[in-house]
Amino acid sequence: MTAAAERSPPLRMTRARRNALLQSEPVQGLALISPTFIYALILLVLPILVVIAHSFWTQHYLTIDRTFTLENYRVALTEPIYRDLLRRSLYISLTVSVLTVLLAYPIAYFISFHGGRHKSLWLFLITIPFWTSYLLRVMSWKVILGYNGVLNSGLMGLGIIDEPSTALLYNSSAVIITLTHAWAAFAILPIFVSLEKVDRTLVEAATDLGDGPLRSFLRVTLPLSAPGVISAALIVMIPTVGDYVTPKLVGGKDGVMIANAIQAQFGKASNWPLGAALSVTTMLIVTLMAGATVLIIRALQRLAR
Amino acid sequence: MPEQPQILRPQSDRSMIEIENVTRSYGAFKALDDASLTIREGEFFSLLGPSGCGKTTLLRMIAGFDNPTSGSISVGGQPMEGIPANRRPTNMVFQSYAIFPHLNVEQNVAYGLKRLRLQGGEEKRRVEEALAQVSLTGLGKRLATELSGGQRQRVALARALVMRPKVLLLDEPLSALDKKLREQMQVELRRLQQAVGITFVLVTHDQYEALAMSDRIAVMFGGKIAQVASPKEIYQRPVTRQVADFLGGMNFVKAQIVEENGASLVVDTLGFGRIKTDKPKAFVRNGGGTTLGIRPERLRVLWDNATAKFEVAGKVVERHYFGEITHLIVEIPGLEKPLSVTETNDFGADDIPVGTSIRLAYDPEALVAMAD
Repeated sequence: MTAAAERSPPLRMTRARRNALLQSEPVQGLALISPTFIYALILLVLPILVVIAHSFWTQHYLTIDRTFTLENYRVALTEPIYRDLLRRSLYISLTVSVLTVLLAYPIAYFISFHGGRHKSLWLFLITIPFWTSYLLRVMSWKVILGYNGVLNSGLMGLGIIDEPSTALLYNSSAVIITLTHAWAAFAILPIFVSLEKVDRTLVEAATDLGDGPLRSFLRVTLPLSAPGVISAALIVMIPTVGDYVTPKLVGGKDGVMIANAIQAQFGKASNWPLGAALSVTTMLIVTLMAGATVLIIRALQRLAR
Repeated sequence: MPEQPQILRPQSDRSMIEIENVTRSYGAFKALDDASLTIREGEFFSLLGPSGCGKTTLLRMIAGFDNPTSGSISVGGQPMEGIPANRRPTNMVFQSYAIFPHLNVEQNVAYGLKRLRLQGGEEKRRVEEALAQVSLTGLGKRLATELSGGQRQRVALARALVMRPKVLLLDEPLSALDKKLREQMQVELRRLQQAVGITFVLVTHDQYEALAMSDRIAVMFGGKIAQVASPKEIYQRPVTRQVADFLGGMNFVKAQIVEENGASLVVDTLGFGRIKTDKPKAFVRNGGGTTLGIRPERLRVLWDNATAKFEVAGKVVERHYFGEITHLIVEIPGLEKPLSVTETNDFGADDIPVGTSIRLAYDPEALVAMAD
């Protein structure tokens, strides 16, 4: 044995230890997610912490007073205007999610059960609207719902109405219609995936045990696709509460939502702490609502048994 | 092979299922080709054949999941044409069991009863009775995901039996179980069928399963029914080489027809000499040659100086050990292919050295003529 070889064991041990460290599964996992993790930390967690911090401070013209206060939350929760805006935002997002799921389910069902060999073609067709910008899609609803829009001219041409209706555009219904259309694909996909996972022999078994098509759907297919319905509802509900562009473009005065108020606080009104408090309040309420949705759908699922 | 339990119930001669000239085609491919069959009331009937022979197609048409392209099916004297699966007097045990994963055992079994709105605890009583029949008492509250393969199979059985169908259809119900459990379930299924007296129609590709459980078997190949008979007759007197081959090992021996009359044939073979044998029903003479078959276990090794009325001499060329039995491959002068002989090991067949000259005893009755 040479002297070099005698000295090498401690070195080899550290190398072995380092290799073991690099080969351990948790370390490899962490290494894999670290780019995304760091990205999320810097661009998501830190901003949220900043927002939460701001919500407890006070704005004095151009300076921010950093003494702790709950005043912003008092305003956010008790001022009628913010209460109304929050309530309307929740109403709009709930309505949109319910409508979207109701409209998306039959489409997803059709593709999954009757799509045959063309399933991927159908899914591809559903993504076509996404080839254009979201703004363009919202604008096209303006063209459809506007004073001289497609719907008004069509109804007038048919003699159903005498003069253009102004009730179509610039209100919360216009926001609901636009959002429902915009989010349809996001609801179709998760429902489709969960329907694909429903074992077709289960439907056959239900038929064999005496169920007609409607009964077997209600007792087997629907309960088993509930996970897809839950994710579809959440995917639509959570972002629409805070939607800002759609109400701005088609909402008019009656369609203003909480995000528009938050934007105003961070912009023109220049009251960041109040804007922050409104944001945090919205986030908490969305969390509660999402949790409630999951619980309600689960309860319905149990009832279906 | 588990022992076949005694037949407890007298067989009825009334027919339960009538299949008349049923054909099912997919484009040019015929999954089922002009099949006709009568299944009797209270019978344990098996449809046996390799995959793609049309047995599952036939079962699904009885259940109503598929419809014949032509021909008719009736169950219990009632034509099934136009009757959807949910209104047929049949219930099915699916190959994958199809246990509802969102329901527990009790709810699975009660699934079909719910619609009947039974009064006064009748539903609960019937569910418990069905669970007892398949020895699952006490597991009613378990979720499907918490059950073993064998238990899931029992749930599927109970769920179908609780409906008291005229016919229970079983689509390869044992194929997902391991060997030991499968053999145990064969015995149990047979007992259950005897106890409830319902007509069972079983689809299987496992010949031992069909032999062990059935009253009668239909062997199918390529969409056609090759033979319908009792397990013993199917095994001992197969009508074609294909049936013989599918039901287990068979030594085929070429023979020349010497004489043909009403019910019998006299043939000359090189190894076995002149043999008189029963003529198979569907026998069509094709030139002067035919084929005889003898099962490997119908050939017996003659030890030392023992003699038999009918014997052939040969030389052992191969020996394969299988625990309780040994397969010997014996070359017989004059025969183009060596004979395969199955001998139990109680007399030391596993110790016969390769190359030994031996004599084999046989019963000429065991040599059967069959169509190619």
